[in-house]
Amino acid sequence: MAVRVETIDTEVRHFLAENFILDDDGAGLAADASLTQAGVLDSMGVLELIMFIEQQYGLTIPDEDTLPENLDSVARIVAYVSGRLGVESSG
Amino acid sequence: MAEAFGHNVLELADPEATIDSIANGMRAEARAFRRKGAVLGLSGGIDSSVVAALAARAFGPGNVLGVLMPEADSSDDTLMLSRLAAESQGIETALEEITPILDAAGCYRRRDEAFKRVIPAYGPGWKAKIVLPSVLESDAYRIFSVVAQGPDGTTVKERLPLEEYLQVVAATNFKQRTRKMLEYYHADRLNYVVLGTPNRLEYDQGFFVKNGDGSADIKPIAHLYKSQVYQLAAALGVPAEISSRPPTTDTYSMPQSQEEFYFSLPYHSMDLCLYAVDNGVLAADVAKALELTEEQVERVFKDIAAKRRVSQYLHAVPVTLAEGDA
Repeated sequence: MAVRVETIDTEVRHFLAENFILDDDGAGLAADASLTQAGVLDSMGVLELIMFIEQQYGLTIPDEDTLPENLDSVARIVAYVSGRLGVESSG
Repeated sequence: MAEAFGHNVLELADPEATIDSIANGMRAEARAFRRKGAVLGLSGGIDSSVVAALAARAFGPGNVLGVLMPEADSSDDTLMLSRLAAESQGIETALEEITPILDAAGCYRRRDEAFKRVIPAYGPGWKAKIVLPSVLESDAYRIFSVVAQGPDGTTVKERLPLEEYLQVVAATNFKQRTRKMLEYYHADRLNYVVLGTPNRLEYDQGFFVKNGDGSADIKPIAHLYKSQVYQLAAALGVPAEISSRPPTTDTYSMPQSQEEFYFSLPYHSMDLCLYAVDNGVLAADVAKALELTEEQVERVFKDIAAKRRVSQYLHAVPVTLAEGDA
């Protein structure tokens, strides 16, 4: 099934909003805002995020990928998942 | 030229004066609670041994009870060191084997079910612990793994998914909560207070179980860095066998250091980082003192801040909601 970058972005924001109780379904979350500094992601939150990505996109995230540069903002999560799935933006 | 930042900032100017001040404070607080002595759990570690000695000073050895509560996963030397701590201060002890209670509550079964979901070969005869990666080596999120050793010595390491991590911790927390229940049993029957034994590092960073070892009437050393607790140990005559033993969690069946389970660095370095965060000392100065890179110290600072956020829940008292507040 083809997945679009825009879809991943929406799904990630929806996940963050549902799990970390954000208003407006996460739409107001700046794409490059640090989720850790915003108080959204803590040690438990990282585990929840990893579980979401693995289950939603059928990926296994190796330990060496569990880095802020891959998971600490909406933009980074979308880029990481897109990269792993080989998805490009529809522009 | 200003003196370089280092461990000297943690040195107590007058350990005897600190001991007197804590003993007086404990006595006054217990009196306010209308309790005439103190109960504490003895683990054989430095913190509970020092609190036992402080309690003996505060209330007199005859008014202090040390409760020894080993279980199936306790180290072989736990009981011996706990008794040694009590004997060195002349305080009475009560032995409470908690394995049957933990067994009945399903502590081991529930924990092992979670381990087995991650490591299917895990079963009778296996030992395990949960560990965190070092904060010094990379910027990676600190995610727990289970390390398990089979009867043939084979060691396996797997990352703990959320559900299994939560189940392991929840099941293991039966240990601290069972111990506290027994401490309060003895405190109630003797009309004593219960003493908590966290040092400043543990108290600040949430290294305790809510309603388990986090529960107490008085926490006499929660304002002291662990390095300072060692200073008091020397002044109080805590036996060398106890003060020379590396701190351990004594909670899992495989030996587990406190760095593997919780803290980023050994206690003497963590103390200094915590002091630095609270007193605005630059990461560069801490790095020099600890022979680390500035980047590594920044990571430890971030870890301290993250643990403080998580520990807010652990420190929170029950919330009451008056009508109309919601």
